[in-house]
Amino acid sequence: MIRARGLGRAFGAKRVVHDLDLDVPHGGFLLVTGPNGSGKTTLLRLVAGLLVPTAGELHVETPRERVGFVGHEPLVYRELTALENLDLYGRLYRVPERRERIGMLLERFGLWDARNQRADSFSRGMLQRLSLCRGLLHDPDLLVLDEPFSALDEEGAALLDRELAELRPHATFLVATHDPDRLMPLATDRLAFGT
Amino acid sequence: MSRYLSDVAVLARKDLRLELRARNTVPAMLLFVVAALVVFHFALPEGSSDLAAKGLLWVAIVFTALLGLTRAFVAEREQRLIDGLLLAPCDRSAIWLAKSLSVLGFLVVAELVALPAFALFFSGIDGATVAGVALADLGICAVGTVLAAMAVAGRARELLLPLLFLPLAIPIVIGGVGASVAAEPARYLGFLALYDAVFAIISWASFEYVVTE
Amino acid sequence: MSTSLRNNRVPLLAGLAAALLCAAIALTFFYAPVDEDGLNQKIFYFHVPIALTAYACFGWGAWKGLLHLWKGKPGADLESYVAIHLGVIFGAMTLITGSIWAKVSWGHWWLWSEKQLVLFLVLFLFYSAYFMLRFSVEPGPQRANLSSVYAIFGVVLIPVSFLAIRLANQYIHPIAFNRNGPQMAGSQFFTFCVCLAAMLALFAALYNFELAGKRLDARLRELRELLT
Repeated sequence: MIRARGLGRAFGAKRVVHDLDLDVPHGGFLLVTGPNGSGKTTLLRLVAGLLVPTAGELHVETPRERVGFVGHEPLVYRELTALENLDLYGRLYRVPERRERIGMLLERFGLWDARNQRADSFSRGMLQRLSLCRGLLHDPDLLVLDEPFSALDEEGAALLDRELAELRPHATFLVATHDPDRLMPLATDRLAFGT
Repeated sequence: MSRYLSDVAVLARKDLRLELRARNTVPAMLLFVVAALVVFHFALPEGSSDLAAKGLLWVAIVFTALLGLTRAFVAEREQRLIDGLLLAPCDRSAIWLAKSLSVLGFLVVAELVALPAFALFFSGIDGATVAGVALADLGICAVGTVLAAMAVAGRARELLLPLLFLPLAIPIVIGGVGASVAAEPARYLGFLALYDAVFAIISWASFEYVVTE
Repeated sequence: MSTSLRNNRVPLLAGLAAALLCAAIALTFFYAPVDEDGLNQKIFYFHVPIALTAYACFGWGAWKGLLHLWKGKPGADLESYVAIHLGVIFGAMTLITGSIWAKVSWGHWWLWSEKQLVLFLVLFLFYSAYFMLRFSVEPGPQRANLSSVYAIFGVVLIPVSFLAIRLANQYIHPIAFNRNGPQMAGSQFFTFCVCLAAMLALFAALYNFELAGKRLDARLRELRELLT
């Protein structure tokens, strides 16, 4: 599903990812750990297709429209409502039965009541939940999640736990986290980035 | 093809809706263009011809467009919203087309005020001038959108965009002023159409590379 | 690709350029018939070849940019950059020689009616912005892409601007200064060709020299990285 050989990415003179080999099979769950600035985010962005490698090879079998990415930025437009944001992405990803799916996700992440509120009135936790809705909207085969539990309160974290458990058999995962113990039960493999 | 156009429509509608809610670009452009025209009145000494004023109209338009273009990718850059669009399956060039169309919309709104203001402060506007403005707008938005995306990739982005844009705007100004003042505007209008066609094509084709990191 | 100066063609090209330049200067001042224009005709033998070489530089830079975008050839971006860098230098020389020619011919340091000169002014502004763009973006795939796209825009701008400036002259300067076009007799044409060849050889020599230097820098950086 994901294969990397000698993968490298430099920003200017600084090499952030260097000579990395990776194999994530279909249905796998790779947990990526490491301190801040060690290259986790860069790796995830490379796999999601937001960055191109500056060295080595990277093959991601999943086409763009089947990849779901949740990163540090929620990627929602602040002046649009939750519903409008998801509708935008729903149209771009050509999600079938868009309205129903949006409604379902908003409900599952506890945002249904806030659906007509502008995103700029959302708390950080709510934005993260909205971002998760956005990432899952098109029922992706590959989920690339960069510290998905950050900013979530207990309730939000519980909702995400439930979603991940449900999605686990249906998708391949690449998840970066500061809290590996939480996700170790789901993981098939672990990659630790050093300092 | 219809998917492409529907993507463009979705994205353009998004930009227009954002502007309607935030209301920071178009009012600024309106105010700027009127203020610029007033400045031009004081910049033209006694005895300056009507033609000089017509030339300055084009200066006002180019700099007002620059104002709009500077804002074009700011949100996409600051909150990394461009990532959301790059992750989506739509063609990168659709992002360019949608953005160009929305900037075009803002520019046209500004001109709907600027042209009557010009007629009020200086002299009348004829059909050739309006045609020139219309054609010039297309070129400005096509090229300006690509350049705005380039500028936003670098450090001093507000400084960089005018430097990138003005040399490419020179032929547009020549075409526009020629259409406004020359006895035979057709030649200049034809030139503007050529500029638009040529630069729209290379802008459309190259946008994908500009947003790849 | 070899970075050793001994192995590549730089010394050869440098020698060729030097020889051609000497020949060009000699021919210009001693062989070519003295026109009624006198000295300014001599400047013409340098001004136009330099201008043509500048166009060649920009064209070569755009070509390399296209190769980078289209074929992903490694090193094409660096080659594009070097070509454009030299193009700006030749462009500046065009403006200087053109200005001198204008002063000698018409008594003004600048003439808006001189289409070639105005075109080079626009191009000079355009390609100067190339450097501003390049140095405001971190080195990487995006910078290479932006530079290549901009280089292609530049080469498209050249004919479009030329057309525009011709049109502009009609409403700005209805009375154009008339210049005897370069209808050249045999000996003049020969001198012109030698000068053109000299300038192109100079470009080739400088291009390869600068490229070799930059590639050496890059190789050095790579080795330093491997050691840490």
